[in-house]
Amino acid sequence: MIEFQAVTKRFDDGTVAVDELNLTVDPGRITVFVGPSGCGKTTSLRMINRMIDATSGAILVDGKDVRQSDPPLLRRGIGYVIQQAGLFPHRTVLDNVATVPVLAGWSRAKARKRAAELLETVGLPATMAGRYPAQLSGGQQQRVGVARALAVDPPVLLMDEPFSAVDPVVREDLQNELLRLQGELDKTIVFVTHDIDEAIKLGDKVAVFRTGGILAQYDKPSELLARPADDFVSNFVGRDRGYRALGFLTASGLTVGEIASVQLGDTAGDARRKLSDGWIVVVDERRHPCGWLSADRLSGVDENATVDADLVMSGGSLYDTEHGSLRSALDSALSSPSAHGVAVNGGGELVGSITADEVLRALAAARTSGEVPQ
Amino acid sequence: MNLLTSWLFDPANWSGSTGVPARLVEHLWYTALALVIAVVIGFPLGAMVGHTKRGGFVLVGAANVLRALPTVGVLTLVVLLAGIGLIPPIAALTLLAIPPIMAGAYAGIGAVEPVVVDAARGVGMTEREILFQVEIPNAMPLIFGGVRSAALQVVATATIAAYVGLGGFGRYVFDGLALHDYPQMAGGAILVAVLAVLVELVLTGVQRLVVSPGLRPVRTSGGIQR
Amino acid sequence: MTWVFDHLGLLGDLTVTHVYLSVLPVVIGLIIAIPLGWAASRWRPARAILLTVSGLLYTIPSLALIVILPALISTKTLDPVNVIITLTVYTIALLVRSIADALSSVPPTIVAAATAIGYRPLKRFVGVEFPLAIPVVVAGLRVAMVSNISLVSVGALIGIAGYGQLFTNGFQLQFVTEIVTGIVATLVLALIADLVLQLIGRLVTPWTRVGR
Ligand SMILES: Nc1ncnc2c1ncn2[C@@H]1O[C@H](COP(=O)(O)OP(=O)(O)OP(=O)(O)O)[C@@H](O)[C@H]1O
Ligand SMILES: [Mg+2]
Repeated sequence: MIEFQAVTKRFDDGTVAVDELNLTVDPGRITVFVGPSGCGKTTSLRMINRMIDATSGAILVDGKDVRQSDPPLLRRGIGYVIQQAGLFPHRTVLDNVATVPVLAGWSRAKARKRAAELLETVGLPATMAGRYPAQLSGGQQQRVGVARALAVDPPVLLMDEPFSAVDPVVREDLQNELLRLQGELDKTIVFVTHDIDEAIKLGDKVAVFRTGGILAQYDKPSELLARPADDFVSNFVGRDRGYRALGFLTASGLTVGEIASVQLGDTAGDARRKLSDGWIVVVDERRHPCGWLSADRLSGVDENATVDADLVMSGGSLYDTEHGSLRSALDSALSSPSAHGVAVNGGGELVGSITADEVLRALAAARTSGEVPQ
Repeated sequence: MNLLTSWLFDPANWSGSTGVPARLVEHLWYTALALVIAVVIGFPLGAMVGHTKRGGFVLVGAANVLRALPTVGVLTLVVLLAGIGLIPPIAALTLLAIPPIMAGAYAGIGAVEPVVVDAARGVGMTEREILFQVEIPNAMPLIFGGVRSAALQVVATATIAAYVGLGGFGRYVFDGLALHDYPQMAGGAILVAVLAVLVELVLTGVQRLVVSPGLRPVRTSGGIQR
Repeated sequence: MTWVFDHLGLLGDLTVTHVYLSVLPVVIGLIIAIPLGWAASRWRPARAILLTVSGLLYTIPSLALIVILPALISTKTLDPVNVIITLTVYTIALLVRSIADALSSVPPTIVAAATAIGYRPLKRFVGVEFPLAIPVVVAGLRVAMVSNISLVSVGALIGIAGYGQLFTNGFQLQFVTEIVTGIVATLVLALIADLVLQLIGRLVTPWTRVGR
């Protein structure tokens, strides 16, 4: 879909930002460019829509050399999302999103109708359509930026650190949202970040650049973690890559153990009688876990007192038996106050417990079966 | 106080070809003409330099020299070179109006956030579309500020047209001076002052209309700080 | 050129008058504008009143004010005092806003730090807040200076002395050289005044030029 053929970019001042880049971006997938600051990620990305022209080599989009297209026309067919969103301050949210359709010659009414649909697609309430960018939070602005890029349904989306200016919680939201959208839209996305975790989370494939615009490794995230090509990549990927690699292992072989539970509204006496190893999980009426109670916590509480939200101690992360990875299973065990991870089914209902030992056992089994490199 | 108002409130001075309404039309005509010419010359220059980010140094230097140029000197020089007529005062007033208009356009367009321009280019706008649809609307507060300041200076200075034989409110000032008729002089001066204040008020209103609400300072729920 | 050399005495006199009429108002204006700007930066009602009044004064054409002033303060019609007062009013109107804005934009942390190390308000103003506002004040002074220099020439039309007399006189005698001399002299004076102000600005704010 997008092909870099021996692409080099040398700026007027002699800086070589990208050096002989050869790389093929898979259609319908998310490809992430990652690397230290100044390694040429942005330059590589911007050469695709000719915001920057390559010094030598060729870039093909859909088999056609980008240099044969008129830059504005080329860009209208490629969505582009940047760090601070770059929304037009003088236009409402709706008109920002309608920009490209109007440029492409749609009537204003039709463009606005399309824009309104897109705001919904990216999870913004319709009431925000009439606001100006200055009246939105950073995360909302980014959503508008994504909506604007999607407006004429371009097959290709270029995103340059779109989520790096928002706080970690919002960033996680936006990442999940992007993955959800991509599940529906199947765009060819090139995503630039300097955050290796983001790269591994989002990328179907990840290209690690080293300074000087040299491609160090181009692989699936699991491969990158398991078999870094050299010291630079393994350093860049980070110390706890072994742990993060667990994120790519399904937890299908894992045995879920028994777990003691009590429902909100039951009495403290019930809870005390059912304690197992001094701990018990509290669930609500839908059997969704709300936290833990311990023998310590219950000591001194009246036998007939009801178990309510105030009494419950907050728990660790939950492990989803249907979609979770070994990493999330291990994390649930490590983050739980009782050392037992809480396992739930796809619907969020309590199904049992997980211990770290059990995760390690499953990991060992995966190694022997060759699923994990030794 | 009578010195200031006796001429002004005499009905005899409010009619005929030398009356206040006729002089007002002349005054506004010189002002409008000079402003339009100055916009036609100054705005494209400022906009181009602001858009391309090239030649800013030359432009600012030129604006500063023009600003320091004595308007009366230009006026009298052009009269000696081109003769009495509309040209000398209009030339002098245009040169007066160009620097603020040019500087406003340059500063306004140059100050549009680079990410916004980058995004405009990225979504596929041509350079022309970037200039007209993004840079100019975003620069409107400063562009309009320049035009407004030019308009005020020109209204105030259009009195000089009367010095070289034309009309406008300046007529009363110079005729009063020649005739030792202070009330007439003062009447002319007050008329110019009132006109300047009115022009300022009207332009403030117009500015509201041409500047996008998205560019107004955001009102925070807690009110203004400090 | 020979005309210029024959009239060096006249040019010298006009220069002195022009400089005096345009510089004095800047000096007086600055002295008055500092406390006003400070008041406007401290108290909201003062700010509203001072900024509205100075905006209005700034709008009134100088030539008009020079003409009206004698009736208001009973000076003689051609008294240079009218010019000095008018231009002083302009300088104040221009500087109050920029001084107020500059003082309001001094980071609150710096003011707090100065207070914490024991500065009293007046000393803090002189020692900390005003120095940080100097670059903005100098920018305002440069604008006031250049416009005063050109406004003094306008005064020649109603008989005020200065380079403007070269224009009115040259006009009456149809003598181009005299007018051109006046234009060049005005430009040179404006340039020198601007350079002097820039230089003073740099000398009193050495910290703005050290590497960051
Ligand atoms: N217009 C330019 N002129 C000269 N050098 C440039 C220009 N743009 C970028 N460079 C240089 O090219 C190199 C690559 O820059 P690029 O912006 O692609 O880096 P990046 O990987 O996106 O970094 P970051 O993570 O900091 O955004 C850097 O050394 C940069 O200084
Ligand atoms: Mg970058």
